[in-house]
Amino acid sequence: MTRPAEKILDHAALFREPEYRKMLAEKKINFESSHPDQVASDQRDFTKTWKYREKNLAREALVVNPAKACQPLGAVFAAAGFERTMSFVHGSQGCAAYYRSHLTRHFKEPSSLVSSSMTEDAAVFGGLKNMVDGLANAYKLYDPKMIAVSTSCMAEVIGDDLHGFIENARNEGSVPADFDVPYAHTPAFVGSHVDGYDSMVKGILEHFWAGKERSKNPSCINIIPGFDGFCVGNIRELKRLLTLMDVSYAFISDASDQFDTPSDGEFRIYDGGTKLDDVKAALNAGTTVSLQHYNTRKTLEYCKEVGQETASFHYPLGIQGTDEFLMKISGISGKTIPEAVRLERGRLIDAMADSQSWLHGKKYAIYGDPDFVYAIARFVMETGGEPTHCLATNGTFAWETEMKELLASSPFGKDAQVWAGKDLWAMRSLLFTEPVDLLIGNSYGKYLERDAETPLIRLTFPIFDRHHHHRFPLMGYVGGLRVLTAILDKIFDKLDHETMTLGATDFSYDLTR
Amino acid sequence: MSANYENDSAFHTKVIEDVLSGYHDRTAKRRNKHLNVATGEDASSLGNSSTSRSDVKSNVKSIPGVMTIRGCAYAGSKGVVWGPIKDMVHISHGPVGCGQYSWSQRRNYYMGQTGIDTFVTMQFTSDFQEKDIVFGGDKKLEKVIDEIEELFPLNNGVTIQSECPIGLIGDDIEAVSRKKAAEYKKTIVPVRCEGFRGVSQSLGHHIANDAIRDWIFDKKNPDFTPGAFDVNVIGDYNIGGDAWASRLLLEEVGLRVIGNWSGDATLAEVERAPKAKLNLIHCYRSMNYISRHMEEKYDVPWMEYNFFGPSQIATSLRAIAKHFGPQIEDTTEKVIAKHQPFIDAVTDKYGPRLNGKRVMLYVGGLRPRHVITAYEDLGMQVVGTGYEFGHGDDYQRTSHYTKKGTLIYDDLNGYELEKFIDAIRPDLVGSGIKEKYTVQKMGIPFRQMHSWDYSGPYHGYDGFAIFARDMDLAINNPIWGLYEAPWKKATALAAVAAE
Repeated sequence: MTRPAEKILDHAALFREPEYRKMLAEKKINFESSHPDQVASDQRDFTKTWKYREKNLAREALVVNPAKACQPLGAVFAAAGFERTMSFVHGSQGCAAYYRSHLTRHFKEPSSLVSSSMTEDAAVFGGLKNMVDGLANAYKLYDPKMIAVSTSCMAEVIGDDLHGFIENARNEGSVPADFDVPYAHTPAFVGSHVDGYDSMVKGILEHFWAGKERSKNPSCINIIPGFDGFCVGNIRELKRLLTLMDVSYAFISDASDQFDTPSDGEFRIYDGGTKLDDVKAALNAGTTVSLQHYNTRKTLEYCKEVGQETASFHYPLGIQGTDEFLMKISGISGKTIPEAVRLERGRLIDAMADSQSWLHGKKYAIYGDPDFVYAIARFVMETGGEPTHCLATNGTFAWETEMKELLASSPFGKDAQVWAGKDLWAMRSLLFTEPVDLLIGNSYGKYLERDAETPLIRLTFPIFDRHHHHRFPLMGYVGGLRVLTAILDKIFDKLDHETMTLGATDFSYDLTR
Repeated sequence: MSANYENDSAFHTKVIEDVLSGYHDRTAKRRNKHLNVATGEDASSLGNSSTSRSDVKSNVKSIPGVMTIRGCAYAGSKGVVWGPIKDMVHISHGPVGCGQYSWSQRRNYYMGQTGIDTFVTMQFTSDFQEKDIVFGGDKKLEKVIDEIEELFPLNNGVTIQSECPIGLIGDDIEAVSRKKAAEYKKTIVPVRCEGFRGVSQSLGHHIANDAIRDWIFDKKNPDFTPGAFDVNVIGDYNIGGDAWASRLLLEEVGLRVIGNWSGDATLAEVERAPKAKLNLIHCYRSMNYISRHMEEKYDVPWMEYNFFGPSQIATSLRAIAKHFGPQIEDTTEKVIAKHQPFIDAVTDKYGPRLNGKRVMLYVGGLRPRHVITAYEDLGMQVVGTGYEFGHGDDYQRTSHYTKKGTLIYDDLNGYELEKFIDAIRPDLVGSGIKEKYTVQKMGIPFRQMHSWDYSGPYHGYDGFAIFARDMDLAINNPIWGLYEAPWKKATALAAVAAE
């Protein structure tokens, strides 16, 4: 087993070497006491059946491979979109470590946030002292302009009073009297990360807007992006379009720079983000527009309460989604959509027409957050594809109803099934019983790709195992071109792979497709 | 390669002072006890095994608001100890997040058909909702176990990994476990690893060890014929295949590894462990508890070993062999000699590219000390090291490895990390995912030393070659020379020229 040092084998190749294969085979036989191979392969076959599917879908308590995260993740993502804002998670410290690593693994960027590090004694006495000390330390060490407080389970279960605690801390001098400390209760056992996003944005707006006089500025538009792993590419693209249109706008929670800082020798703990003055001024906007309805239900209610008009979209993407978004912006602002943007639209249409023969009739399984699934299903239908399974673990009954309306609006949606509240183990059954050509989701989908051999296209958070996709937009007509190309690449790569066997299948290994 | 170097004690002392000056006084006083510079003058009085002293205060609560890098007890139990046991289903019991964020992130390699007879890279959760908090989750847990039995019948057992709310709402997961274990005639283990317990991952390890003692040992009588050279490998989680590279070596010297805890392990490997002749501990921190228990109750002795880098591998193999006598000792010498040409080739190739490079480490478990000699085998120097969740006995053991003047930091936080690195400007930092991009933005090469940065294995001779390759590719990549825009560089030079 002596190996040459010229070519060093790591895990991907090393464990396929004969001595490792032999060793692992012997370990299994001699030490693992595992089930006989036949038993395992019978069970594997059984999981592909309709009978297993029915049992799987009938689950009431067990959740396996869910496509959702918990509220505080959404809250800390939302807070990262504001100028020099440090997130402060009140609760156990492990939670904060998890949000940081989860966001970092997707963005390949640092994610800085602090915890109040509550432990057993705080369960008995409450976490006030942790809040007082924690705010003082975070303020001193990280020089923030704002500290946004959210909660993880522990603080919620014992019922800590955030408002009272923050005021106490302020009185004890942890932060200056006029320092901004908005907060949101974000219990992990209610809703999902999209609700945590909602709560935090609402908390920040309330902090700056409550009790303030509104001087209306009708042409000014607030835009709330929602939880979006593609915020870097998307927000920059939308800003470009809005600038082309000469619209007066403010993004409320803009994490596009925070999660895409340059490497030039300096670590920027904060970068970009919505200016706090702009948040204050945003009270005067005529309209607040949400790009993701299910991320902003409470926030938009609040915007209505202060007298603003509101509008919401489902992750505007593709032709009609982008059309509607731009027309709405045009309607509110009174600015026309420039010819340059119409040409961009034409280029996306041109690309879709060029490729339509490869897309028509393709069947898709789509999963992710509710607004994302809506958007992709709609775009898929624009290409002549059929969204066969639309699944959102954090989808509500209202979402299911809206999805069904969308799917009923096109002949390409007539065979579609909507799966609200189901997880990716349910999706696994569906891919066996009602198979599709393509799966659209995130990195977790790779296990489905392995099991059901359905090619996976990664288009939504979290994407851990491919790099930099999030730096490019999915929104706007330009973003649509990227979604289109991602789908086409997968189709062509699969076809090439299936037809590349020399002298057996390579008659179809066409040079031009 | 020679490892004769000394770090700059005076400079490191000054760096600590600078860092402390950024804190509130009270916080500075607390943090001061966790930072130190290894001393070397009394090395001889400590005996040959010690080259320095690296004492700091450790294993106490993290300070709120400082951005500790530590995790929680759940991470220590589910993420570290239990999660890798492949033929059991591990339920993240409580809300969805903990299981979601830890899903598939530790790279515990295993062989098996996932979802059929093995379950490591899956996220099973009871997904608590508000009503479960209000009315309690025991009924739901029963149903969760029923549904696991129905859909995953080839599981060989279930563990219940408690998230924070479980202990706070007073659920009786032990009663549920007993009831369902009797009903299904299977091993069901309740683990009280709520995240608020203790001060870090560490108590989670301990709780998980105790759960093995209380809920697995002596429950069944495994059908197994012991042999004279039976060992367990304890505390190797098979990250990137570490345990496989180690197993190959141990088998090569003539030992029989009857259980590996817990990477690529089955429940059977855990159950039969007390029948071994010797427990070999790699990660002392996370599994010394159960090893001590096995020594007390079953007379299985234990010894620590280190399979990072050829010096320690040879030393460890010889120490292990000594336990088993001349037959194994003879084979061991042959095995070491057989691998030597490969190791020489690796160090010849990478040594000149890495010689003298300075490394800072901040990791957990055994690595802050165990990997030091692997770097030194390549001619590199470790200038600073520290533990996320170490105890006093870890820092004692660290003295054996650190050179005089080494900066020691316990429970480092974001602020200190940036300050220390900026002051010391090492050639390489080895730490975790949360630290990786911060360090790289500062223009300093980085390797994740928890997950092996998606590479590995790093254990054993095969692992050392990969380790050497990875450290070289991190340090000697051309990107580090391109950080500064040339027109900026030109301006700076022109300014100097004009003076």
